Amino acid sequence: MHVPDGFIDAPISAATAVVAAGAIAVSLRGARRELDERTAPLAGLVAAFIFAVQMLNFPVAAGTSGHLLGGALAAILVGPYTGVLCVSVVLLMQGILFADGGLTALGVNITDMAITTTVVAYAVFRGLVKVLPRTRRSVTAASFTAALLSVPAAALVFTLLYSLGGTTDVSLSKVATAMIGVHVLIGIGEAAITALTVGAVIAVRPDLVYGARGLEQRLKLRVNGELVDAAPQLAPVHTSHRKVWLTGLAASLLLAGFVSFYASSNPDGLEKVAADHGIDRKAKEHASADSPLADYGVRDVEDTRLSGGLAGVIGVGVTVVAGTGVFWAVRKRRNTSQVA
Amino acid sequence: MGAGHAHRLYRHGHSPVHALPPHTKLAAVFAFVVVVVSTPREAMWAFGLYAVLLGLVAYAARVPAAFLLRRLLIEIPFVAFAVLMPFVAEGEQVTVLGVQLSLNGLWGAWNVLAKGTLGVAASVLLAATTELRELLLGLQRLRLPPLLVQIASFMIRYGDVITDEMRRMRIARESRGFEARGVRHWGVLAKSAGALFIRSYERGERVHLAMVSRGYAGSMPVIDEVTASRAQWSYALALPSAALVVCLLGWTL
Amino acid sequence: MDPVTTFSLDVSGLAFAYPDGHQALFGVDFTVARGERVALLGPNGAGKTTLVLHLNGILTGGAGTVTVAGLPVGKRHMAEIRRRVGIVFQDPDDQLFMPTVREDVAFGPAAAGMKGAELEQRVRTALELVGMADFADRPPHHLSFGQRRRVAVATVLAMEPEILVLDEPSSNLDPASRRELADILRSLDVTVLMVTHDLPYALELCPRALILSDGVIAADGKTGELLADEALMRAHRLELPFGFDPRSVTMGA
Repeated sequence: MHVPDGFIDAPISAATAVVAAGAIAVSLRGARRELDERTAPLAGLVAAFIFAVQMLNFPVAAGTSGHLLGGALAAILVGPYTGVLCVSVVLLMQGILFADGGLTALGVNITDMAITTTVVAYAVFRGLVKVLPRTRRSVTAASFTAALLSVPAAALVFTLLYSLGGTTDVSLSKVATAMIGVHVLIGIGEAAITALTVGAVIAVRPDLVYGARGLEQRLKLRVNGELVDAAPQLAPVHTSHRKVWLTGLAASLLLAGFVSFYASSNPDGLEKVAADHGIDRKAKEHASADSPLADYGVRDVEDTRLSGGLAGVIGVGVTVVAGTGVFWAVRKRRNTSQVA
Repeated sequence: MGAGHAHRLYRHGHSPVHALPPHTKLAAVFAFVVVVVSTPREAMWAFGLYAVLLGLVAYAARVPAAFLLRRLLIEIPFVAFAVLMPFVAEGEQVTVLGVQLSLNGLWGAWNVLAKGTLGVAASVLLAATTELRELLLGLQRLRLPPLLVQIASFMIRYGDVITDEMRRMRIARESRGFEARGVRHWGVLAKSAGALFIRSYERGERVHLAMVSRGYAGSMPVIDEVTASRAQWSYALALPSAALVVCLLGWTL
Repeated sequence: MDPVTTFSLDVSGLAFAYPDGHQALFGVDFTVARGERVALLGPNGAGKTTLVLHLNGILTGGAGTVTVAGLPVGKRHMAEIRRRVGIVFQDPDDQLFMPTVREDVAFGPAAAGMKGAELEQRVRTALELVGMADFADRPPHHLSFGQRRRVAVATVLAMEPEILVLDEPSSNLDPASRRELADILRSLDVTVLMVTHDLPYALELCPRALILSDGVIAADGKTGELLADEALMRAHRLELPFGFDPRSVTMGA
């Protein structure tokens, strides 16, 4: 879903461009830290891979087919920083070369399709991998969930952007329902393909799956009949992030609880969060011109189009996005204190 | 394979537009689209004038109208979206041929269609008159972060190689009688995708090896750089300047 | 006398396993004297390419040492090692990563800080050595496979290396390209380690040969004598092409 020029108004396009530029700057530094001088060729080739795999058609039934969006896959295979870079470069090139997605909408497209999908997918994936037992099956399950959530999360961000800077006055609930409903379906396909692909990679080259680092075992070498320990390939990149991860998860759980408590007086937690966060904001939206997120009025959920399951999915997505922010801040502080 | 240097949208030529330095063209197209997007949608005639301006550029670049129009097809998914707008938007309703339409939705559809089409047309003209290599040099000259330009440049260099590998894998699958017909076959396709990732990543590693083998330590040596004269800049910026005049008229009239 | 100074290359006790657990090298020992042309022979999967990647420190982390012209391969001298060991990889697509032939050949010297007329001169010389000077401004993927391989050799020659390592130089070449490459290699005045399973090519170009089999050096001697030893050849899955008799060939080298 490449947004063309003129779909989102100029101020929001500019604002998202700033967000995108900032995220790319952070990713450039992050990717350099992880891959050092290998960044350019590896990210370039992975971008070419994403570009190619978007052309791989997965038949659904009776002539229809879907294809991979690739944000979640990139995040899991090469990490969130490199993932953001790869998908952003693909979007940039699609915009310039194929006129696919407007040049002024580049910020919107990158924020939505490169940043949101990779960050959400990676946060969910790492969280699950840390919590689940350390097996390949867990990695596959985590990939599935991560990709499943990443797509509606992107749709949600798109809806938010639309609510802020949409050029047509379509009711938000309609946009949200259409976007998120369709994208939950797309997300299921994305999830299946991503999980299968990650599974295929992890079976052959487990070391290449960035998100599953730490699951490999130390190598033994046989030299003239004797077993010798192999020197580590690289200095271990990950020392102990477990504590950080637990902190991050706890933070997002706390946040989730807090938001649901704040947002609702009835105990229907997640569904309510989702409803209040932007799916069901239509009535108030027209009345209040200020920040839509300030609008937390307690309302009954009358809109039955949102099934409980859907709302749950979206609620977790929102929580994860918010939690990721906290988590990153925590991790960043930790990293700087380690350096200092 | 072999589409390579000249990408699919590029049209070889020697027009004055082709000859402009790439970064001036990139800047001009970007400024033009920004101006178009900032134009009030009620000034319908302004969009007509923009289209005329682009037509003049296309004429100067000797890009035939049929070529340009065919390339506009990329927009179709959003046209469908725009067509829905009058039916779903809120606000004042009008009745056309017995169908209830939202006035606001009609304006919205027009807005997206007009601005989107002009944006696509401008990008298509840029891509049609600028070689890939030039585009990358232009982006580099416009101070895009060098690492990003390198990533883009590797993506372009190996895009064909990898697409070709994917095609060979498909031929290999098909020549063994496999045809993907539904969800049941996703496993096989995903295995191909996984294999393609491993091949791409390993090629990335090999390319990196070839690079470090020749002394690469993190930054690309700058071998070529593009420059533009003042005259070339003013020539390129004629398009967005003219558009800006139209835009200002659109706001004041 | 210090043995390392007389050798371009000294490999001892080298062992290595890939991350998936597959072990490729089981303790490799050999030396190559300065100015020698040596063939490293072995069947598919013998660990030839793995060995090559150790020569300039691309793969490390197993056991054993590699010394190039007296410098141990390791983090400390990596830049110098990589300038001195010129590896021509099997797939020229991996090696030619820049948009044009000229930029590709210029990459190595430019990364070492060379620029201007001196750089242009270096590029021209390297391209003339492989007979590709007329193709300087072409993109690599528009060249034939044989031409690409020659350009790949030029990219390495432009670095003026101590030892030239070629990984399967004759693979995928038609007979004419094969002949041209052989003439070029013979005309060069550098130490050459040629990794191949193309036995006639090895005999034609290299007076000495090593046989790498199951991750160890199984034989080391005059190429003609090794190829004539039928039992040895059969034991290591090396087969001469039909009708080829190494005893009937007079060595041109």
